[in-house]
Amino acid sequence: MAHGPSTYKPTNAFTRWLDSRLPIIRFLDDTMMQFPTPKNLNYWFTFGGILMIMLVVQIISGIVLAMHYVPHETLAFDSVERIMRDVNYGWLIRYIHSNGASFFFIAVYLHIFRGLYYGSYKAPREVLWLLGIVIYLLMMATGFLGYTLPWGQMSFWGATVITNFFSAIPFVGEAITQWLWGSFAVDNSTLQRFFSLHYLLPFVIAGVVILHIWALHVPGNNNPLGIDVKGPADTVPFHPYYTTKDGFAIAVFLLFFCYFVFFNPNFLGHADNYIPANRLVTPAHIVPEWYYLPLYAVLRSVPDKLFGVILMFGAIFVWALLPWLDTSRVRSNKFRPIMRQLFWILMFVIFILGYLGAQTADDSNLVFFGIELPIGKLLLAQIFTIYYFLHFLVITPLVGLLETPHPVPESISKAVLAKKGAASAASA
Amino acid sequence: MKLKALLALAAGLALAGVAYAAEGDVKHPEPQKWSWEGAFGKFDRQQLQRGYQVYKEVCAACHAMHLVSFRNLSQPGGPEFSEAQMKAIAASFQVPAIDDKGEVIQRAGIPADRFPSPFPNETAARAANNNAYPVDLSVIVKARHDGANYIYALLTGYADTPSEFQLLPGLNYNPYFPGKQIAMPAPLVSDGQVTWPEGNPPATKEQMARDVVAFLAWTAEPKLEERKLMGVQVMIFLLGLSVLLYFAYKRLWRDVDH
Ligand code: HEC
Ligand code: HEM
Repeated sequence: MAHGPSTYKPTNAFTRWLDSRLPIIRFLDDTMMQFPTPKNLNYWFTFGGILMIMLVVQIISGIVLAMHYVPHETLAFDSVERIMRDVNYGWLIRYIHSNGASFFFIAVYLHIFRGLYYGSYKAPREVLWLLGIVIYLLMMATGFLGYTLPWGQMSFWGATVITNFFSAIPFVGEAITQWLWGSFAVDNSTLQRFFSLHYLLPFVIAGVVILHIWALHVPGNNNPLGIDVKGPADTVPFHPYYTTKDGFAIAVFLLFFCYFVFFNPNFLGHADNYIPANRLVTPAHIVPEWYYLPLYAVLRSVPDKLFGVILMFGAIFVWALLPWLDTSRVRSNKFRPIMRQLFWILMFVIFILGYLGAQTADDSNLVFFGIELPIGKLLLAQIFTIYYFLHFLVITPLVGLLETPHPVPESISKAVLAKKGAASAASA
Repeated sequence: MKLKALLALAAGLALAGVAYAAEGDVKHPEPQKWSWEGAFGKFDRQQLQRGYQVYKEVCAACHAMHLVSFRNLSQPGGPEFSEAQMKAIAASFQVPAIDDKGEVIQRAGIPADRFPSPFPNETAARAANNNAYPVDLSVIVKARHDGANYIYALLTGYADTPSEFQLLPGLNYNPYFPGKQIAMPAPLVSDGQVTWPEGNPPATKEQMARDVVAFLAWTAEPKLEERKLMGVQVMIFLLGLSVLLYFAYKRLWRDVDH
């Protein structure tokens, strides 16, 4: 258990009075100041804090945008341009919001893969992990809904392609799709409900984030060694130790973020979204935002629409099974020589899937830097999709049983001292 | 670790590769140097003023810019025409209006009006242009991949039709346009097509194309200078903040074995 007894002492008459009625200061002090945190966390563990910041950034910038944005098919595009031109600092708010979505996803992917590498999904953190997947799914929905709002060509056609997948559902598919659209095609009623939901979902995310952090605070943080905290020697209070360290990491993250906002604000977007939506002109090449590309490749790897949709959702659903698929008793890949290699191979596979997701949807050979490779894009996507599922469903359980992990240190403080000793021996 | 190096390499290649994907055999625009590029880039006022003149005397015969108002022409960070010049420019355009008897009329523009279309509606525009639509140019530089270089290449890239090429009637050969044939006839056809005030470079076709592209880059991103200036300030602030937080963090953790 990471929690000790509360050490908060009210210091004046008011806080004493409040503490015996609503101990909210005690709660905040316990969870955000005194909270015992493993002292060996590295920078990969700062992305949780970064995600909180990004959620707040998106909500605040979004609320301001919503004051000026008009959710109507004939007005939406121009209203966004009006924000860019005539609203005071509107260009800033809008570029923060559109690039903020991308950086939110960069952070969430690093956060998830961090958990994968250090085995943070294993007991006793399964519920924490599952709540994280719920947040990720809600983020995907929110990002998709938001991207339709400026009502450019990619907004419109992206929404058309994605909502059309629901028509693959047997028997009720068409009815469900029309229900989602509120019409017989993507049109004004679709835009208005998408705006309503885009406003709603971030607050649902905020709610699930609270549960996520609650579930974090019961077992406490995992750490790069993946071993349990054994006592006070292994931890430091969250404040000031991690507030400063995370603060530093957040400032550096914001540096990267601000580079894009101020110097390259349209780099992560698509030029076609500056063309107003036009249902008579299909863009040559409909691509989703970069953060959906690996899933898009999985979806397109099967010719059958229904199976493709199932596979795409399955690609995320396997994460939910992971706590029970991973048979190894060692959490951190630091001590798992084989799984560690397989982790990097999985990263490579996901990256290539993302690359394939950005290609045109035909079965021509892959052209890489003008060189035609002797393999079709579709076949390649199929091979990588199969490997992706094999990794979770077959390789992970087998390797957990067959691999001999390296010896795991007894405690965090012992490991730290051993490392220190080795370092001073080497320098002597 | 070899695997990680491989991964990084693949990442780099794939990122660069996405940009090249699926362009067909259309000619790629050659990269040009533009004054507004880079962290400290700014528009060249003289160039924007010349570019405006090309727009007005050539492009405005077919195109509109319904997101740009005449008043923008005298705002900071743009061509910065004087207030009087801007009002004269506005008055030189005819905009559709309704008079006090309810009749549809044309009147001289005022600063709050937008750059109008020369056609009453899309059907009329298409009828006059071989059924092609002269798109609104307000954000055209952002609405095309590699926008500034592409439009410069498009405007200067009209060429004789190769003998093997099947040109459809009414279209013009241009290797930079997707499909290589475009309904827009070459708009910049001869040097000196536009007469600039004294002190400006000669109005060659290339110079006019460069200047009108600069003008369109400004109409697409009128707050560019404000954005970059603020960006430099924000980056300096964040850099300082990062350094301070780094030392605070190091100082605090000095006595902790970790
Ligand atoms: C005679 C009428 C006419 C004039 C003058 C004209 N254009 Fe066009 N323009 C068109 C038409 C028509 C199209 C649509 C072409 C098509 O879709 O084939 C077009 C298309 C364009 C495009 C879009 C190309 C694309 O990638 O879709 C740009 C950019 C453009 N014009 C810029 C200009 C500029 C800059 C000028 C002034 C220097 C200009 N035009 C003058 C008629 C004109
Ligand atoms: C989870 C947090 C959020 C994410 C990931 C997100 C994502 C996005 C994205 C990707 C866009 C399209 C940006 C563009 O290309 O222009 C967008 C637009 C928009 N969002 Fe959000 N958003 C979030 C929260 C919010 C909130 C809380 C609100 C309102 C209260 C909001 C209001 C808007 C509005 C009005 C637009 C349209 C203006 C525009 O396109 O720039 N967003 N959002």
